[in-house]
Amino acid sequence: MAEVKPAARPLSPHLQIYRWSWTMAMSVIHRATGCALYAGTVLIAAWLVAAASGPAAFETAQWIAGSILGRLVLFGYSFALLHHMVGGLRHFVWDLGYGYEPETRMNLAKYSVFVSGGLTLLVWIVVLATR
Amino acid sequence: MAEFNLPQNSRLVEGKAWPKPAGASKLTEFKIYRWNPDDTENPRTDTYFVDREDCGPMVLDALIWIKSKIDPTLTFRRSCREGICGSCAMNMDGKNGLACTTGIDECGGTGKNSGRVAIYPLPHMPVIKDLVPDLTRFYAQHASIEPWLKTTSPAPEKEWAQEKGDREKLDGLYECILCACCSTSCPSYWWNGDRYLGPAALLQAYRWLIDSRDEATGERLDNLEDPFRLYRCHTIMNCANACPKGLNPAKAIAEVKKMMVTRQV
Repeated sequence: MAEVKPAARPLSPHLQIYRWSWTMAMSVIHRATGCALYAGTVLIAAWLVAAASGPAAFETAQWIAGSILGRLVLFGYSFALLHHMVGGLRHFVWDLGYGYEPETRMNLAKYSVFVSGGLTLLVWIVVLATR
Repeated sequence: MAEFNLPQNSRLVEGKAWPKPAGASKLTEFKIYRWNPDDTENPRTDTYFVDREDCGPMVLDALIWIKSKIDPTLTFRRSCREGICGSCAMNMDGKNGLACTTGIDECGGTGKNSGRVAIYPLPHMPVIKDLVPDLTRFYAQHASIEPWLKTTSPAPEKEWAQEKGDREKLDGLYECILCACCSTSCPSYWWNGDRYLGPAALLQAYRWLIDSRDEATGERLDNLEDPFRLYRCHTIMNCANACPKGLNPAKAIAEVKKMMVTRQV
């Protein structure tokens, strides 16, 4: 009998078709903000190195941080930091075995955006008001 | 590293639009994933119109109606039509569930599928034909957690007795029908399904871990103590959102993780 070679099985669609939910989206954003914090921490370290290097280097670092682009990056970094922190608290609650009921788990995910967004705005209002 | 795109042979193309049935007053549009192993073509999505006056209320009713009245080649698994066999698990309207317990009217459709019911096989699985995925690995993972009572004490004369309170600990676990809705809804399982056991197998692992009669708890935990098998769960919660029996694999996994910690202190 002639050998019949079956066609390679396709992989069914996944990310392309799955409906997004708050818990799924917040999981992705938790990871994305975690990655962003790596880059942000390098920038903080660079700023500290500049501060340790002398007044001229510190002046330059301050100028970069105070520019429009610098402030945008700082705003993004502060949001990433606060969102990742709030997400970390959410995962802490879940890891203790609480907050698994259908409504609770969705609300925990949903409100972590509002809480971290609100905290970010609060930080910036305080910073801009007291400088 | 996770591969987010579908491989070349799996990318979807627009398929055939089947004619509307004549004389129907209420029609619902269905967009259904098709793949035939007997040709070399890519998977496609066919469009069908179902006469709702002539068809039952569930998605499975519509699939059977299409198979009987329009296209006998449409292939899917089904058996009990009452949510206990788990055969007709598939992705409907972007969410995994059983076709027999999902109402057609529950599938509102969003975005480009607004007003129609989109149906795909369970996500990120090898497709045998149309809506039939290959569940071989899924079953092997269930077998790997050794889902049976393991004891070392001499067997009692009658049955292994269990207090009522201990029996209640199995509620919400023993009801699992192994339909694979949860595991195939889980992004962690999509990216690492070869090493991560997935929510269904882990829920069953917990079902035996907390069974008061089982005497292999330590051995069972040892088997799960692995960066991938257990700890790829990142509490994304798609499993609990998908389960057609209303079970909570995410919570069961959290309890297993807690057992891992508490046995060390």
